[in-house]
Amino acid sequence: MASARARAGPDEPEAAALARDARRERRRALVLAAPALLLVGAVALLPTGWLFWLSVIEGESFSAAHYLRLIQVESYRRIFWTTFEIAAVVTILAALLGYPLAYWLSRLPERWANVGLVLVLVPFWTSLLVRTYAWLVLLQRRGLVNRALLDLGLIEEPLRLVHNWTGTVIGMLHILLPFLVLPAYASLRAIDPAYLAAAASLGASPVRAFWTVFFPLSLPGLLAGCLLVFVLALGFYVTPAILGGGRVLMVAMKVQENAGLYLDWGAASALAVVLLLATLAMFALLARLVPLERLLVSRS
Amino acid sequence: MRTTFLAGAAALALIAAVGTAEAQQKLAFTSFGGAYQEAQRKALLEPVAKELGITWVEDTLTGIAEVRAQVRAGAVSWDIVDLGLADCAAAQSEGLLEPLDYSLISTEGFDKMAFDTHWIGIIYYSTVLGYSTEKYKDKTPLGWKDFWDVKGFPGVRSLRDYPTPNLEIALLVDGVPKDQVYQVLATEEGVQRAFKKLDEIKSHITVWWKSGAQSAQLAKDGEVDMLSIWNGRLDTVIKDGAKFTYSYDDGILSLDCLAVIKGSKNKDLAMKALARMVAPDLQANMPLYINYGPTTSKAFETGKITPEMAKISPSSPDNAKKQLVIDARFWAVHRQKMQERWDAWKTR
Repeated sequence: MASARARAGPDEPEAAALARDARRERRRALVLAAPALLLVGAVALLPTGWLFWLSVIEGESFSAAHYLRLIQVESYRRIFWTTFEIAAVVTILAALLGYPLAYWLSRLPERWANVGLVLVLVPFWTSLLVRTYAWLVLLQRRGLVNRALLDLGLIEEPLRLVHNWTGTVIGMLHILLPFLVLPAYASLRAIDPAYLAAAASLGASPVRAFWTVFFPLSLPGLLAGCLLVFVLALGFYVTPAILGGGRVLMVAMKVQENAGLYLDWGAASALAVVLLLATLAMFALLARLVPLERLLVSRS
Repeated sequence: MRTTFLAGAAALALIAAVGTAEAQQKLAFTSFGGAYQEAQRKALLEPVAKELGITWVEDTLTGIAEVRAQVRAGAVSWDIVDLGLADCAAAQSEGLLEPLDYSLISTEGFDKMAFDTHWIGIIYYSTVLGYSTEKYKDKTPLGWKDFWDVKGFPGVRSLRDYPTPNLEIALLVDGVPKDQVYQVLATEEGVQRAFKKLDEIKSHITVWWKSGAQSAQLAKDGEVDMLSIWNGRLDTVIKDGAKFTYSYDDGILSLDCLAVIKGSKNKDLAMKALARMVAPDLQANMPLYINYGPTTSKAFETGKITPEMAKISPSSPDNAKKQLVIDARFWAVHRQKMQERWDAWKTR
């Protein structure tokens, strides 16, 4: 900055020089971002547009047939319902488990909080497939959990923990929990403890101070985490396929089947487009509640 | 300038000539890899290579998708492909295969369901009722009727998460004779009848398995007591020590086929090689390496297959007559529709 200002001649007002600097900086940033932008354009936007195109074409002409099929074939309605239901349940459970964890971490001294965060992140270092299979091993009929419960005499018959809805939710919750904890933690950490002290000095009990002062301030971070978890859950494929026992059908599984097995790109695209639009609608809804930037960047 | 051009053209022509000469001796064979393709290599490819003086270039695939990709892109690098039953028929109707030259290929000893104009069966495998020998010590389930008998044979059950062969099995349990299963299934009432029979067992199915490996794991870990499973998978698991067994009573015979991919650059040679591969004397080599059954009954008359091997082979005459042969043509036509009904039924 100092050198830039020195280059700006004596006649040039400082503000203009600063503005020029800023423009130059933006251009440089654009050049730096260009590869990523091109990549996103080439591998995300173009194919998405193509996907949309395929979904409205039947044979040689435009047609709503693929979308009508989603409405008429009852299995698709149920599959969409299951997908949103599971995503919602996983999100709620993640919030109930993740928020207290994030809260506790945010109250710890920074050094210990970092240790805690690393522990939260550890699952990320293992492949999703491995973690899903690990749950299968733990939860199945002769798995560790059932054996332990049987040996302790707590149950007489093995519990049906996997190959169903329950197993799918457990597996997905485990995989998605960090996506809630991290943004929530960042937002909680940023809340100035002085607010709580002020509330206390005005006579609020700790519980009241939490609910009227702390919780509303932490909401953007929590919602950002919820949104991330929800959107990611909507697209899950591997975990329900392995832990669902064939009973839990989610949209991504049908996309794969229609495209890979039946070469019905129209049907697969229509499914994908509906899922995408539903996700964007959720996003828009939340963006009305919380400013988008705060949601995505999750700083308080 | 001119001389360089000529020299270049000559060089190109030379490369092309050498290329064709070489291509005439090479054939590309694509199958499912693993122990299966290794068995095919020893049983079929090596003898054919010797007889015809060719070399094989091998590749692997996972199904019809890759065949489509090559044909549609006009970049066909394979000659002979191995596909699963419904894919064979689908590939034929999608125009992905060359018509087979039946003046070269003999279908003696083949079931009429085991070949079509563009494909011919190469192995049989069977979907059998596998059951735990620990759970069912005194009274053993003897067929799909017993699988449906949840009171007589209590236990955790699993079926494949796919319309076929469950619809066929349901009709068999409902009393439809084997030779009428597809006639019945071709009607709307027949399909409803099959789903109604499946309703009875639905709540007793703990797992709907998706892949062969998953079904093997279910048996191996003792996760279920009774399941439908491919005989080859269960053989492997039993060899690994799982306390399971099966019989071919009520088994559902399915096959893999060989076909020549549309646009194969060595079509004529591929026909010759394919004709040899499906011949009884070479098919009879397969059971030496893997327990899949020859698709021609003539293979059992070559003397290569011992009575012990025939006893456990899915397609030996004694075992084949206890079983139902899947109709590839039916499934090529109805697969997607049935899948939707299957999903609707399963999520109901």
